[in-house]
Amino acid sequence: MTVLSGKELPRDGVKLSGEALHYRLDKTWSRQPGLWGWLSTVDHKEIGRRYIITAMIFLALGGLLALAMRMQLARPESGLIDPDRYNQIFTMHGTTMMFLFAVPVMEAVAVYLIPLMLGTRNIAFPRLNAFSYWIYLAGGILLWVAFVLDIGPDAGWFAYVPLSGPEYSPGKRTDVWAQMVTFTEIAALAVAVELVATIFKQRAPGMTLARMPLYVWAILITAFMVIFSMPAVTLASSFLLADRLVGTQFFNPFERGDALLWQHLFWFFGHPEVYIIFLPATGFVSQLTETFCRRPVFAYSAVVIALVSNGILAFGLWVHHMFATGLPRLGYSFYTAASMAVSIPTAIQIFCWITTMWLGRPRFDTPFLYVIGFVVTFVIGGLTGVMIASVPLDLQLHDTYFIVAHFHYVLIGGAVFPLLGALTYWFPKITGRMMSEVIGKVNFWMIFLGFQIAFFPMHISGIMGMPRRVYTYPAGLGWETTNLISTVGAFVVALAVLLFVLNAVTSLFRGRIAGPNPWDAAGLEWATSSPPPAYNFAHIPLVSSRTPLWDERGHLPVVTGLRVDDRELLLTSVLDARPDVREPSPLPTIWPLLAALATTAMFVSSMFTPWAVVIGSLPVAAALIFWFWPKEPGLPPEPVIE
Amino acid sequence: MMLQPRFTDDLATLPTTAFSHRSLTWWGVLAFFLIEGSAFALAFASYFFLMNHEQGWPPPPWSPPDLLAGTLFTIVMLLSEIPNSMLKHAAEHGQLKKVRAGLLIIVAIGVLLMVLRIFEFASLNVLWTDNAYGSIMWALLVLHLAHFLTDWVDSCVLAALMHTEHGIEKRRFVDVSENAMYWRFVWLTWLPIYVMVYWLPRWIP
Amino acid sequence: MRRLLPGLAAVALVACEGRQSVTGGDGLHSGQFNSLFLIFLLVTAFFYLLVIAFLVAAVVRRRGRAEDRPEKSGGEGGFRLILIGWVALVALGLTGLTAASYFSDAAAGGARPANAIRIAVTANQWWWDVRYLDPVPANTIRTANELHLPVGVPVHIQLKSNDVIHSFWVPNLAGKQDLIPGRITDITLIPRKEGLYRGQCAEFCGLQHAHMALDVTVEPMETFEAWRRSQLRPAPPPATPLAVTGYNYIMTQECSACHNISGTPASGQVAPDLTHIASRRSIGAGTFPMSRGHLYAWIADPQSAKPGNHMPYVGLEPHELHGVVAYLETLK
Ligand code: HEA
Ligand code: HEA
Ligand code: HEC
Ligand code: CUA
Ligand SMILES: [Cu+2]
Repeated sequence: MTVLSGKELPRDGVKLSGEALHYRLDKTWSRQPGLWGWLSTVDHKEIGRRYIITAMIFLALGGLLALAMRMQLARPESGLIDPDRYNQIFTMHGTTMMFLFAVPVMEAVAVYLIPLMLGTRNIAFPRLNAFSYWIYLAGGILLWVAFVLDIGPDAGWFAYVPLSGPEYSPGKRTDVWAQMVTFTEIAALAVAVELVATIFKQRAPGMTLARMPLYVWAILITAFMVIFSMPAVTLASSFLLADRLVGTQFFNPFERGDALLWQHLFWFFGHPEVYIIFLPATGFVSQLTETFCRRPVFAYSAVVIALVSNGILAFGLWVHHMFATGLPRLGYSFYTAASMAVSIPTAIQIFCWITTMWLGRPRFDTPFLYVIGFVVTFVIGGLTGVMIASVPLDLQLHDTYFIVAHFHYVLIGGAVFPLLGALTYWFPKITGRMMSEVIGKVNFWMIFLGFQIAFFPMHISGIMGMPRRVYTYPAGLGWETTNLISTVGAFVVALAVLLFVLNAVTSLFRGRIAGPNPWDAAGLEWATSSPPPAYNFAHIPLVSSRTPLWDERGHLPVVTGLRVDDRELLLTSVLDARPDVREPSPLPTIWPLLAALATTAMFVSSMFTPWAVVIGSLPVAAALIFWFWPKEPGLPPEPVIE
Repeated sequence: MMLQPRFTDDLATLPTTAFSHRSLTWWGVLAFFLIEGSAFALAFASYFFLMNHEQGWPPPPWSPPDLLAGTLFTIVMLLSEIPNSMLKHAAEHGQLKKVRAGLLIIVAIGVLLMVLRIFEFASLNVLWTDNAYGSIMWALLVLHLAHFLTDWVDSCVLAALMHTEHGIEKRRFVDVSENAMYWRFVWLTWLPIYVMVYWLPRWIP
Repeated sequence: MRRLLPGLAAVALVACEGRQSVTGGDGLHSGQFNSLFLIFLLVTAFFYLLVIAFLVAAVVRRRGRAEDRPEKSGGEGGFRLILIGWVALVALGLTGLTAASYFSDAAAGGARPANAIRIAVTANQWWWDVRYLDPVPANTIRTANELHLPVGVPVHIQLKSNDVIHSFWVPNLAGKQDLIPGRITDITLIPRKEGLYRGQCAEFCGLQHAHMALDVTVEPMETFEAWRRSQLRPAPPPATPLAVTGYNYIMTQECSACHNISGTPASGQVAPDLTHIASRRSIGAGTFPMSRGHLYAWIADPQSAKPGNHMPYVGLEPHELHGVVAYLETLK
């Protein structure tokens, strides 16, 4: 067997550095220009950006639906929207926000940031990453095209059977919903796998687990939660589709099925899902607090333990969504206790952030304002969560606007505020330009106050007995005022979101040039230029603390020796990040897109005939085989058998 | 202002492939095990959930599935671990000839298993449309079949690949080793399903 | 606090009014709700204040400037102790709340009293079928979209659904309980205060989930007994010529296929019982208050105010409509 020596291949190092290195790496790592290159790219930054923008578009779409609902609910007995449309609208709003905005946007930001924070050149399994984006996009388009064609789902974002079953939801509406779930779950699971592999194996040398930025920890835990929880909803929606399309009886109580099986499966996913949205947001908060308070977050290990226990406990609470179904009381007490217990990790994190502010010197740039807005708002939502974890209280408040208030406080206060802060914070990294501070501050106050105006009154509507998911309500029950105020607030929030978009777009062209590290932050993502080059880092950084850029003023220690004529990454050992393997990283290819198209064709046609699964799997398999079949002919210029 | 690099180690001598947890794909495959493992676990939970509020299992007047096809399937599946282990060992030691042969054997066993699986469906004594009991029995078999088919197709592709010029690359041996690991997952998950589909309906009055 | 104070005030405010309010406290269990809610409100408000006070103090203590160098960790020893104290405090608070919740629940989940009135409620898309059970089958009464309850007497309600999941909820009297097809659930109420209350279906059940209300009248025992006796009476024969037209129409046309009117040939079972329709407070499960005008509106076109409900547009001639309404109005 021929053994080629690898010594003569071009590598980065003392001899190859600076401009010359940039030229070589850029040639290796950048993609073809033009449409083809755009469609076949596997660069995590490009895909992450696309993912973020798509998710933000879904936020705007979901938000516009929210405005429609608020218009309808502004007055009692309003005839603006008929019940059929309204039911589609609130289902689309919840579904879009949860499946197409909140979870994807959190994963999208991670896809962009994690490789940069870890000091690596690309995400693990970058083609899977491209596939994930296309599948997600297809799922979103499917849902919205269906909605425009008046076949939007109308059974609520958790689609309880039997209402969503074959008998009470004839037509294609629920099939669209269930298939959209399949699409987004595949996409989310794929990203979770990439993130786990990237975080475990691609950290810069020296970045032991205990030196990972807290955001990376949050994403690691989140990825595991995705892995353990999303199969539940995939299984549930498959059962539902089977009931609807091939006549199985899983949920049919008259053929030994059980309607509650759906609720258990759905919430076994649904509860972890809310932490899948929330934990990455806590990661943002940790990073922002560190940078703007000018010191590492207090009690790193306590925060990590909090994240881990949050992730574990989240799997023991799902029944708190089902208190009114009449399961045995004793069982309920367990879920109350577990729901209470999950507050402790959150309480720890909140304490650690505020202590960091206390010990540090907070700087009130826009991103940090969002952190403060987050604490002020989220804690209210968390505390109402504790209220409804109590069975006697929840039996009254369940399915009222009090719940709607709770979850918007935690979702918007707990996830969207940190997200907006994070986008403002990393915007210079992504685009090379700063967002306007002045507009940013106005923007913050608008969304913060608008939010309280819109959602605080919902607590009161709920206590006054207003159920959720009603397309109208009678006058005279005292709900008119609070609803009108909510509507006004919703429009303020909408203006604020619009302002954010405007600020981002104008800053893209006119913003101040940022430079690599405009906030003087500590993480590796700030060690490379803004926006980063296709290969992320000219040399792989070497890490010896949790805050590398603060501890290594002036110089960045690096390791060298990766090939520059081929895409190569560094794999390090799982616990202590010792350099271990030089791993080739895949080239751009069109096959992920084609595989996604084949998968889409299979799923969409399976709504019409079950045979589509059989026939449609052939092109999918073909596309996957082409995708994985090695392209480089002959021997690689590396030793083949060591 | 960009930070200036300070050069430390040179890693040019690191290997470009490694087996087991040192390989990236291994972690990917592991993550997929976890995903699929949770799907199986939840399907099992659904089975017990549905069983829980029945007076009998199978609910009368249905009779339990016939044992022959499923038991044969189990035996073949378990025996297949012998060539599978040999294949994995061969891959990890770079023995190309043995790997080629081993893959072909696994593919052939797969065909046999597929035939048995068809008979299994026929011996369930219930249709998926009859009731939820029938639905979950079919679901377990179909879910397992899906994994089994995935691995079988993967084995076919690898068998073809190892017979081409790509077969000599070390990465491909890692792939074969990981494929063998997946096969273990497929038969490991089968064991509880075998008990649930064929034996629990006999043991539970 | 800024937001909790008005919250508290609002709770106090809405506690006194409202026929569909969770703080009404007009039933045994919903009375416990108020005290439990207050406990939760105070404890959570305390923790909220603590967090906000700490936050404000932390951010105003030392303002950062753009040129600040980052600091090393350290100088935080005391805070580790405080963190432990905080966790202990939170754990204590949560234990207290869990215990309060548990005992309140245990008190509410008491045994079903033997002297309870037994009622069976069956939910349909989108109306409530109500039966007062009696050991003597002839004494069973059937009505729809309304409950009459004697004050102070426990009522045990058995809950079933004919189609999808609904939820039985009369907030002034008690928390909710789902009605799930294929299962039988139940709830026990003990109304404490006379009054007119409103219940509403609380689980999304399709197109007209918004119009699935339930009128509840809590009254003295004597009034209740009088009501019960009146409900046992079959419908009187039509007295005026106009009512006779209506009567004939109902008995010979569609209506009788779906609706039951005791004492007449109309014996449909898939729609609300109309034997005493005119004695109810509302039409179409709370869609309209009961009045002649609304009866007209409903029968002329049930689909306009409650689109999608399962009563079809029938298209009566004007004189038939007059007759039907006139007859229905006699069904007290
Ligand atoms: C980001 C998302 C998010 C987050 C983080 C949470 C957090 C929590 N949620 Fe929430 N929840 C949702 C999103 C979220 N939720 C959604 C979307 C729904 C509705 C789904 C639907 O029906 O459509 C829902 C519904 C929901 C229900 C079901 C209500 C019903 O339908 O009847 C319950 C019941 O227990 C609940 C409880 C909790 C609890 C206990 C927490 C806890 O994790 C909160 C912990 C945090 C704190 C408590 C604050 C900080 C702690 C302190 C300051 C310490 C001091 C506190 C005390 C001593 C009390 N949530
Ligand atoms: C992260 C998730 C998320 C977010 C951000 C929101 C945001 C909002 N939600 Fe949402 N909501 C849910 C998740 C979310 N919601 C869920 C899960 C449900 C349950 C659904 C169900 O019951 O099934 C729900 C239900 C729900 C209801 C209850 C409906 C019902 O029960 O009948 C209401 C009612 O007011 C409401 C209102 C709002 C409002 C006013 C906003 C606002 O904050 C929205 C603000 C944003 C905008 C208004 C967008 C502005 C955009 C533009 C102005 C265009 C920009 C232009 C360009 C890009 C060019 N929501
Ligand atoms: C196909 C069955 C059907 C027919 C035919 C029908 N109804 Fe109905 N009716 C219903 C249903 C179902 C409801 C309950 C609708 C709801 O509230 O959602 C109802 C409700 C009513 C109500 C209100 C009852 C209440 O308690 O609120 C009245 C009054 C009524 N119908 C009268 C009539 C008359 C008069 C006719 C004939 C002209 C008629 N119905 C024909 C099914 C029918
Ligand atoms: Cu019945 Cu909602
Ligand atoms: Cu939950």
